[in-house]
Amino acid sequence: MHFSIQNFLFLLVAIAGFGLFAWQARKIRANILVGRDRDMSGNVSERLNKTLLVAFGQSKMFKRLTPAFLHLIVYVGFLVINIEVLEIMVDGIFGTHRFLQFLGPVYDVLMATNEILGALVILAVAAFWWRRNRKPPVRRFQGPELRAWPKLDANIILYIEVILMVALFTMNTADLKLHQLRGAEMPGTFPISSLLVGLFPSNEAALHVLERVGWWAHIVGILCFLNYLPSSKHFHIIMAFPNVYYSRLVPQGQFSNVESITHEVKAMMDPSYEVPAPATAPDGSALAPTPFGAKDVNDLAWTNLLNAYSCTECGRCTSVCPANITGKLLSPRKIIMDTRDRMEEKYNSPLIFSPNLYGQEAKHDSQEVLDKDNHTLLRGYVTPEELWACTTCNACVEACPVNINPLESIVEMRRFLVLEESAAPNSLNVMFSNIENNGAPWAFSPSDRFNWADDLYVAEKEAVTA
Amino acid sequence: MAELTAKRQINVPLMADLAAQGETPEILFWVGCAGAFDDRYKRVTRAFVRILEHVGVKYAVLGMEESCTGDPAKRAGNEFLFQMQAMQNITTLNGYGIKKVVTACPHCFNTIKNEYPALGGEYEVIHHSTFLQQLINEGRVKVEGGESYKGRRITFHDSCYLGRANNIYEAPRAVLEALDADLVEMKRSKANGLCCGAGGAQMWKEPEPGKKDVNIERTEEALATLDGNAAALDNLYGVESGNAGATPAPKTNGQGSIIAVGCPFCMTMMSDGVKNKERENNVQVFDLAELVASAEGLNA
Repeated sequence: MHFSIQNFLFLLVAIAGFGLFAWQARKIRANILVGRDRDMSGNVSERLNKTLLVAFGQSKMFKRLTPAFLHLIVYVGFLVINIEVLEIMVDGIFGTHRFLQFLGPVYDVLMATNEILGALVILAVAAFWWRRNRKPPVRRFQGPELRAWPKLDANIILYIEVILMVALFTMNTADLKLHQLRGAEMPGTFPISSLLVGLFPSNEAALHVLERVGWWAHIVGILCFLNYLPSSKHFHIIMAFPNVYYSRLVPQGQFSNVESITHEVKAMMDPSYEVPAPATAPDGSALAPTPFGAKDVNDLAWTNLLNAYSCTECGRCTSVCPANITGKLLSPRKIIMDTRDRMEEKYNSPLIFSPNLYGQEAKHDSQEVLDKDNHTLLRGYVTPEELWACTTCNACVEACPVNINPLESIVEMRRFLVLEESAAPNSLNVMFSNIENNGAPWAFSPSDRFNWADDLYVAEKEAVTA
Repeated sequence: MAELTAKRQINVPLMADLAAQGETPEILFWVGCAGAFDDRYKRVTRAFVRILEHVGVKYAVLGMEESCTGDPAKRAGNEFLFQMQAMQNITTLNGYGIKKVVTACPHCFNTIKNEYPALGGEYEVIHHSTFLQQLINEGRVKVEGGESYKGRRITFHDSCYLGRANNIYEAPRAVLEALDADLVEMKRSKANGLCCGAGGAQMWKEPEPGKKDVNIERTEEALATLDGNAAALDNLYGVESGNAGATPAPKTNGQGSIIAVGCPFCMTMMSDGVKNKERENNVQVFDLAELVASAEGLNA
C-alpha cells in the first residue's frame, strides 16, 4: 500500500460524486411521491420473480433480436465491468494496486472478460449510434418528441460510454506496458490491451501518466455519468428495477375502479348506504377534494410517475401503437416523456433540465393549441386530440421492456376530460346518453333487445330407418 | 339407415322464466349490446345459441333485463356511468344467483371478469372461444356434418380484449384447427396483434386526423397474409422488419379465404375494411361461432 495525495483526492471526489447523486435522487423521490397513493405492497415473491425475469433477465427485450443483442452486450458489460470499478474504488481509497489480483486465475478470467466486453461495447455503441443518426434513423427514433434534448441526450450517453471504455483500455495498456518494460509479471490477462501495447510509448514516465489519466478518467467519468443519469433517459439503468417490481400484476384489461365514485353510486342505489368520511389532513382539517381523473402530474398515481423516470425513450410503445402507426398524433412515449418534463417543471428538477415544450409544428387543428399560461400536463403538454386517439389496445403496455403503462395515464386524463370538464367528443356524449337511456351504446329501444331470438331454428339430424 | 335433417324452432330460455320455475341454468349466455342489436353480430348470437341447443347445455339469457356492461363508458373515461351500469347488472345477476357467464364479446368478458368483482359481482366468466374449445375437446361438437372448411385459408385476428387484455390466444386457434383449415398467422398476431381500431370507445366516434384508418391497416395485413403477397407485407411492415409474414400463395379452390374474429367490434371493422378494399367477392369475415355452427351443420 502506498498512500499519497492522490488517495485523499480520490476520496474527496468519490464522496462528492456519491453525495451529489444522493441529493439528486432525493429530489426525484420527492417528485414521484407527489403522485396519488396506491397500495402496491404484498405479493413479494411474485414481484421479485417478475423483476428477475423482466428487469434482470430482459425477457421483453427479445421481441426484437438485433437491438436486444446489442443491448445485452452493453448491459452485461455494465454489470461485469462494475467489478473492476469496485477494484478501482478500493485501489483509489487504500492506495493498493489491482487488489483483486489475489483471485489468481479468476482474476485472469475477469480481466479478460472485461476487455472483450469492453471492445464489444464499443462496437455495440457504434451500431446504436448508426441506428439513431443515419438518414433516416430507425423509425422509432423519429417523432416530434425525439428532438432537442432527448435527441442530444441519446448521443451523449453513447459518447460517454465510448470514453469510459477508451479510458479503461488506456489504463490497462499503459499498466501492461509498464510491467513489460520492467520485466515484471502483470496480474491478469488482457487480450485487447496486449494488442495495443505497440501503439503506446516506451517511456516509463509517459506510461505512468497515461495509466493515471486512464484510471482517473474512468472513475471520474463514472461518477459524472452517475450524476448525469437523473437528467437523462439513461436513468432507466437504475429505475427499471423498482419500476418492474411495482408494475401491475392484474390482467392488462383490468382498469382501476374509482373508489370515490363507487361510494357515490352505492349511495344513489341504496339511500341507507353510508359513504365513508373523507380523509383528513394530520391536523384534522379537511383536505382539498381530489378531482376525478388527472389534469396534472400530481393527479396521477405514484407508479405512473415512477414510470416516467424509468423510460429510456426507446419508442417500442409508439412503434406498435395502432393510432401512431396510422398517422395520428398519439405517441405513448410522448405521454410518458411529458409526464417527466412536467414533474420537473412543476417540482424538483435535476442538474440538467430541458423540458420538451412543443410549438405548433405537430398540430393539425387550431383548436388544439397548447395552453402555455395554464401549463398543466393535460393541455399544457398533452392535447385531448392525442388522448382520444387511443384504442386502449394495450399494445404499448405489452411492448415496454420495463413494464411502463402509458394506458393508465391516458385513461386518467380521459376521466378528467369527461368527469370534470364534460369535454368528451360529441359523438361519445351521444354514446353515453344512449347507455343512460337505452342501456346500449346505440340508439336502439331496450324493448327490442331480445328480437334477435325471433324465428330462430336449429337443424337437427335424426337417424331414421328406411 | 339414412339421415333426415329436420329443423326445430328454438325458444330461447329467459332467466326470469327459469327462475320463476325454480330452475337454475348451467350457464348464463351474456348476449351483449352488439349481439342483441347489431344486424351482423345477431347472426353470431344465433349461431352460438344453435350450438348451445345442439349440445343440450342448460342455458338462459337475460333478454330485456340485460344492459350494457359499461365497457365503452369506462374506456372513454366516464367512470360514473360505468359504475352505474355495473351495479345495475350485478344486482340483476346476483338476484338470480348466477355463477357462470359465457359471452361472445371480449369487451363484456373483460369487464365482467375483471372489473365487476370489486363492485360485488363475482362469477366464472368464459369467452365463447374457450367455451367452444371445451365443447370440441369433450367431443360434444364434432365440427362435421355441415360445410367443410378443409383446406380453406383462414387467418385469425386477435381481439385486444381477449388477447393482450386476458392472455387468451390458444382457444380461438384450437377451434379453427378443428376445422382442418389452412390456418395462416399474420405477423402481428397474439401478444403482438394489431388492434382493429374500435376499442376504447373508438367504435362510436370518428378517428382523429391521420394517414389511414386503423381497420384499413389491419385489413391490408390480413389480406396480404391470406394472399401470400410478400410485397404488400413488406410495404406494411417497413424495410426494418423484413418480411417474416409472407406465406406461399393459396391454392385457389374457388371458395375464397376467411378472416376469423371473436369480437363484435373486430367483426364490424374487418368487414368494413374488406368492403373498402373491394374484396367481398373472395374474402369473408366470420366469427368462430358461425364457423363452428356451419361446420356442424346447424344452420336452418
